[in-house]
Amino acid sequence: MHQYPLWKSMIVVAVLLISIVLALPNVFGETAALQMSRKDRAAFTSAATGEFEQLLEREGIAYEDAYADADGRMWIRFGDVEKQLEARDAIQKAYEGQFAVATTFASRAPLWLTRLGLKPMSLGLDLRGGIYLVYEVDVEGAVSQLTQVLERDLRKVMRDARIPYDEIAAAGPQLRLTLKDPARAAEAKAAISKFDPQLSVQDGDLPGQVVAVLTPDQIRQRQDFAIQQNITALNNRVNALGVAEPVIQRQGLNRIAVQLPGIQDAAEVVRMLGKVATLEFRLVDTVNSPAEAQRTGRAPLGTRLYKDRQGGPVLLKRDVIATGEQLIDASSTLAQGEPAVDVVLDGRGGEEMLRTTRENLGKPMAVVFIEKEREQVERDGKKIVVDRSSEEVISVATIRGVFSNRFQITGLTVAEGQELAKLLRAGALAAPLYIVEQRLIGPSLGRDNIERGFRALSIGMLITFVFMVLYYRVFGIVADTILVANVVLITALLSLFGAALTLPGIAGIVLTVGMAVDANILIYERIREELRNGTSPWAAIQGGFDHALSAIIDANVTTLIAAVMLFAFGTGPIRGFAVVLFLGILTSLFTALMGSRALIQVIYGRRRRIERLAI
Amino acid sequence: MEFFHKVSHFRFMEKRRLWYAFSALIIIGSIVAVMVRGLNFGIDFTGGVVIEAGYSAAADLDATRDALTAAGLGSAQVQTFGTADDVLVRLPPAEGQEAMTLTQRATDAIKSVDPGVEIRRTEAIGPQVGKELAEKGATALLMTLLFIGIYVIMRFQWKFSVGATLAALHDPFVVVGFFAVTQMTFDLSVLSAILAVIGYSLNDTVVVFDRVRERLLSMRKAKPIEVMDTAINETLSRTIMTSGTTLIVVLSLLLLGGEALTGFATALAVGIVVGTYSSIYVAGAAALDLGLSQRDLMPPEKKEEADALP
Repeated sequence: MHQYPLWKSMIVVAVLLISIVLALPNVFGETAALQMSRKDRAAFTSAATGEFEQLLEREGIAYEDAYADADGRMWIRFGDVEKQLEARDAIQKAYEGQFAVATTFASRAPLWLTRLGLKPMSLGLDLRGGIYLVYEVDVEGAVSQLTQVLERDLRKVMRDARIPYDEIAAAGPQLRLTLKDPARAAEAKAAISKFDPQLSVQDGDLPGQVVAVLTPDQIRQRQDFAIQQNITALNNRVNALGVAEPVIQRQGLNRIAVQLPGIQDAAEVVRMLGKVATLEFRLVDTVNSPAEAQRTGRAPLGTRLYKDRQGGPVLLKRDVIATGEQLIDASSTLAQGEPAVDVVLDGRGGEEMLRTTRENLGKPMAVVFIEKEREQVERDGKKIVVDRSSEEVISVATIRGVFSNRFQITGLTVAEGQELAKLLRAGALAAPLYIVEQRLIGPSLGRDNIERGFRALSIGMLITFVFMVLYYRVFGIVADTILVANVVLITALLSLFGAALTLPGIAGIVLTVGMAVDANILIYERIREELRNGTSPWAAIQGGFDHALSAIIDANVTTLIAAVMLFAFGTGPIRGFAVVLFLGILTSLFTALMGSRALIQVIYGRRRRIERLAI
Repeated sequence: MEFFHKVSHFRFMEKRRLWYAFSALIIIGSIVAVMVRGLNFGIDFTGGVVIEAGYSAAADLDATRDALTAAGLGSAQVQTFGTADDVLVRLPPAEGQEAMTLTQRATDAIKSVDPGVEIRRTEAIGPQVGKELAEKGATALLMTLLFIGIYVIMRFQWKFSVGATLAALHDPFVVVGFFAVTQMTFDLSVLSAILAVIGYSLNDTVVVFDRVRERLLSMRKAKPIEVMDTAINETLSRTIMTSGTTLIVVLSLLLLGGEALTGFATALAVGIVVGTYSSIYVAGAAALDLGLSQRDLMPPEKKEEADALP
């Protein structure tokens, strides 16, 4: 009867041990660090560490260690912020423009923990300082961009079909055609359907009127495209900013949320993220040698020298065939089982493309990606802002046929195809973007928030501890031990899931501590009742746990529901609160029902007979 | 140490009519307060701009106000925040991009008063986002009540459910009323505290009801009112302990957690006190007046068996 099954105790011990290991990285705190990534997106290998170590030693800057992480980023840890900043300047000077260097904090945890993939809890913006931006993408604008392009296309369709018309007008998601001859409406409808089978084509209100409407699918595709395109562009620019651990995600139908930890200059960030990218389609010059041009630094007449993504020279003709403004869509697909990128241009771009491909069959054509970025560099001891327009050839392909506004780029791997489609989209005419929410938290406020939050947590816990011991004596000590285990468990889970700890999250931990005692209290009060009724100590313990179970479960489900709703409808820091509340309820159920029972077994289990329980 | 070494015998239910009147009074008071004074909504819900600035010494509010007026921001509210060194500036909502520009202008104006000032926090929220956050919050509130109601109906007899739901409605009313009377800022964190309060208050109610259900089966001869009193008395020590410990930690949040958590912790503290009261005097009393009796739990054996399963 007095036995608590050994396997259950083993589970408790195992869970606790695992949790302690998972929570361990949080104990070491953080230290100033630099995080670097290569601008050509290639990974750093551990071989590169030596290079940085030599540089820092040459400059006489003390550092703790340098290592490359699994994502191919280079980390250097420093004892203090001054050394970190000195090192940043030194590295930027030595490798101007090659790496994105971000000042950040790295866990002080020993390397073997980091190698195991164990990380401390990440801190939310309200605790670490930084900028939070919400952009709204003008999806309606994106849709009317599409109908305007279709308008031009339909004029051409009508011309080609020799159907005279008075007017073609785009309005929202639809296009209205007024024909000169009402009798030819059916013919016009057939021609439109043939041009774009996806469009839904109907008769208008008046005779001779034809209305082409974008299907909901087309509208959704266009909206998704507009959002994805902006996310890609924002990603590229944030990477150039050199922010450690940025978060960029779609929020709802038409918003994009951007979190930039550690950044303080809002105006500068907004300006940089607002930069525009574009594309140029150009013919490759096949007569002159690019290597020669690179060597002499002079491009032959009528050509320009570019670099491809590997840094190799490419000579392109000066004439531009089409630009990003004329790009409607780019997506990676499979063409006859081969990876390919589908490209759609607008009518004007298509016409130019048709003319060019007819004259240049079999010759190579290139796509250039252009983005202006801003960078702060040090020259002659002064920090200055340099505008640099980065131009890069992202694709060279041979023209295999005559085409106009719809064509495919093949001869790529799946990954290359996806990357190219992404870059093409980023360079397309961007749907307008507006900031609808902007929050900035200064670093000192973040520090204060952490400090105050943890002070409230520790004082609150301390008083609860004392109270529980006074009130329940030995069982109070059990409850207190359980509470500590509970906090360890929550910390472990938050670290494991990489959920960000926010100020409301800390409040959630505090609240959980208060409510976690509840399960214990329910059990102990039951045990006391059983004892009052004259039950023997062991039976009282057993009865206490058994009878309190249904009340404990019912009582916690209600709070669980509230936590789920908070998560579903909350945003930002509030979600942090919801996550902690949810996890806290689960861990407190586990610790109260299994942990505390196992601990009581340890305390009382060895005795044959217990005369009294210290409760 | 024990509050009640023997089980107490307070006759809670005897004067329940009086407590009904009391509850009705505070609910009506809350509604009147919300209607007359309104809630002091934070910019989470209204949109607008908030800037928190920290001066190195006691802030000169008038100078700050003058600088803002000079920058064409005469509608700004300027007040100290937490300590005398900290200033909070609030600007009314403006459309879209405008709010972001206003932030920059206000920040520049504040810096012109004292270049050493530290901008601790700025928040600019477009009115549309504010409206959506408010809608989402209201949805979350309704959904929480709905799902908790469904859960309680599944787990308990309907008379309990009505009582529990009444109590769950009662508590947010009082907390909202408190914020209307005090004119403390009602923002997203306060709303989330209210959701937590609903969960917490029901937690309390459920524990009492669980005991009522048990006692209805074991005290077959007793009158329902005696059963209710017994159940409440038997769980009283637990109720005081749990509310007490939770209140301790919430008060430590309120007193030590800093200005950012004041609204949140206040809502929780009020909610815990009211929630404890309502689980006895609203939930229990309502179930009793709905004619709760032993008959409601027939056939008892089956019911008990089902309840033992978590």
